[in-house]
Amino acid sequence: MKVLMIDDSRTMRNIQKNVLKTFADCECVEAGDGIEGLSALAANPQLDLILVDWNMPNLDGLSFVKRMREKDKTTPVIMVTTEAEKQRIIDAIKAGVNNYVIKPFTPDSLLERVKQTLEKAKAAAAA
Amino acid sequence: MTVAVPPPTVSNAAAGGAAPGVELVIHFMKAIKEVLSTMAGVEVTTGKPGLKQDPVSTYDVSGIIGFSGNFGGSMVLSFKKETAVALVKGFSGMEMTPDSPDFTDAVGELANMIAGAAKTQFGGGTSISVPSVILGQGHVIGRLHDVPCIVIPCESAAGAFAVEVSIKSKQ
Repeated sequence: MKVLMIDDSRTMRNIQKNVLKTFADCECVEAGDGIEGLSALAANPQLDLILVDWNMPNLDGLSFVKRMREKDKTTPVIMVTTEAEKQRIIDAIKAGVNNYVIKPFTPDSLLERVKQTLEKAKAAAAA
Repeated sequence: MTVAVPPPTVSNAAAGGAAPGVELVIHFMKAIKEVLSTMAGVEVTTGKPGLKQDPVSTYDVSGIIGFSGNFGGSMVLSFKKETAVALVKGFSGMEMTPDSPDFTDAVGELANMIAGAAKTQFGGGTSISVPSVILGQGHVIGRLHDVPCIVIPCESAAGAFAVEVSIKSKQ
């Protein structure tokens, strides 16, 4: 499984990486903001999943998702963020996010959302 | 276990302007406990909040988050160095020394999550900044001059720390 993780906190990316590695053999690509995320996307066209933070310097997560979805409608995206207000979640879903994890999170809750998202993506691809 | 919480540096003199309301402070107290319990596996006891007039940070390590929109101001997560090292280890799963860039990153992310969890209760229309982290004894943090600062003293198995909240409603 190849996953792109976009978060300005390296600590958070490491935590997510460690959680994913308990689930599957995972090749992790990392980016520190939305601009790096777009570059990583261009360099890695066959991604299975993207985890993206919202509040980041240079280009925030919501803007990254909007730009990404202009060309890529199918790669599943989970937003992992402190932004928990209802309107923020609605904005993220409208932008094209497939699932949402609110920080702070337990490893189990992150893993649950990852599995859920991948299963839905697989079902959508098969349909 | 009951843990004695040292009193914050406070002044009884009015600082001018309305102090953050009780409800706002309670949101931060809940957020501190939720974030550190979930992400660092540490239970926190919060003490009685008090007014702070001394601009010098409570402890040596500060994670700072700005607020803008319907609520403006700042939150500072202030740790003793040893406490920060212990909490960062619990959070990241790794030993880090304060001179490591990953250490300041981890402190910043803890501050980000506490501020974000509190902000969720504000009712929308407020944004938080990316975090800044300052290391060093006796550093001074500039705040909005008309917004008093409330210090929430905290105690945990990792040691003492404090959350300094200087926020006002702009509505």
